[in-house]
Amino acid sequence: MSESDAPLLRAEGLVKTHHGEGAPARAVRGVDLRVTRGEFVAVTGPSGAGKSTLLHLLGGLQRPDEGSVWLDGERADGWSEARWAVERRRRIGIVFQFFNLVSDLSVADNVELPALLAGVPPKKARAGRRELLAELGLEGKERSMPGELSGGEQQRVALARALVNHPPLLLADEPAGSLDSRGTREVMRLLSRFHQRGQTILLVTHDARLASAADRVISFFDGRIADDATLDAGPPPRRAGASGVLELRD
Amino acid sequence: MRLPLLALLARGPAHGYELKQDLEQLLGAAYPQPNVGQIYVTLGRLEKTGLIEGEAIEQSSRPNKKVYHLTEAGHEALRAWFEETADEPRVRDEFFMKLALAPQTGLADQISLINRQRRQYLNTMRQLSKLAAAEDRDNRISHLLIEGAMLHLQADLDWLERCQEELEELQ
Repeated sequence: MSESDAPLLRAEGLVKTHHGEGAPARAVRGVDLRVTRGEFVAVTGPSGAGKSTLLHLLGGLQRPDEGSVWLDGERADGWSEARWAVERRRRIGIVFQFFNLVSDLSVADNVELPALLAGVPPKKARAGRRELLAELGLEGKERSMPGELSGGEQQRVALARALVNHPPLLLADEPAGSLDSRGTREVMRLLSRFHQRGQTILLVTHDARLASAADRVISFFDGRIADDATLDAGPPPRRAGASGVLELRD
Repeated sequence: MRLPLLALLARGPAHGYELKQDLEQLLGAAYPQPNVGQIYVTLGRLEKTGLIEGEAIEQSSRPNKKVYHLTEAGHEALRAWFEETADEPRVRDEFFMKLALAPQTGLADQISLINRQRRQYLNTMRQLSKLAAAEDRDNRISHLLIEGAMLHLQADLDWLERCQEELEELQ
């Protein structure tokens, strides 16, 4: 299989058990998954179903007990911490529920930092930052500190940071989990826009509204994939569907 | 359709086609467009029950049009409408009956029923998101309508999730 034919992300037989207090929690219990280039996949399920653990395994933030992870045809689960850290700057962008911005760096520095760490010349990093912040409607916020911004704005900064090195894969872990309804819509709109331009996205969320922005929704229950559905792009069916839900009856 | 038409007439007299346009403008593109025939039929019924009165206006180059206004009884009906609270939304009872009865028929699996139903809701949710994205940003009423529909669906999806958690435990 040539590299370009390989799925961008592949997981086989992933298992992860958390050993905390009390009985071991089997967070991920045998997951096979393929994400091809350009796909927008959402993983939904109740809290505690293990979906965030799954995302962490796919982004190298946690190590599987069993199974393999392949990135662009290359086996990744044996990578060292250092290698994962490098790849999370170059090939995988991640956004989290609580933004995880560096609180004592300005917005501009938060976004430029991963570019500089990846060896991008400062001038180019600055240009990339400018372009992304403008795109995300954050012009004029460059000098602000993260704490001065609203949740929605902080998440947009986090998105800019995740995308500044143009990673082929974006992982998003409950990106609207701490935002209000308006912030959720904003995140949804931005993810859709980046996806339309070809960004591959794997989104973990308990919010069905957010999940419906994806082309494919995986329902995750009790550490396993319960359903894997490709959503229609077509017009609504006549009888029920959207117009049925919207119809106000007298 | 009866009471919304009465409510539109509370502002002043109007003819059927104007009412259709008012309704479309108010509710936005997302709302399934009422057909004008349906509006004329409803206006006819309202007139018969004495809630509105129509007056034919002569037009030189076209057939006469009928301009309607509210009667006192119409005002009363409208007041009573605003006075009442609306019924609660109902659980999707047909799906629930399928879920409850599936095991004893041996014809369907509960988890498959849930998965199929979820797919339908997710598709509808997606269509609603698209409608919301396409709708004029300034039409707040229309956005609230779509958001309401999405929140209801969200609740239905949460409930499916509960059913699945509960029933998978039993299996």
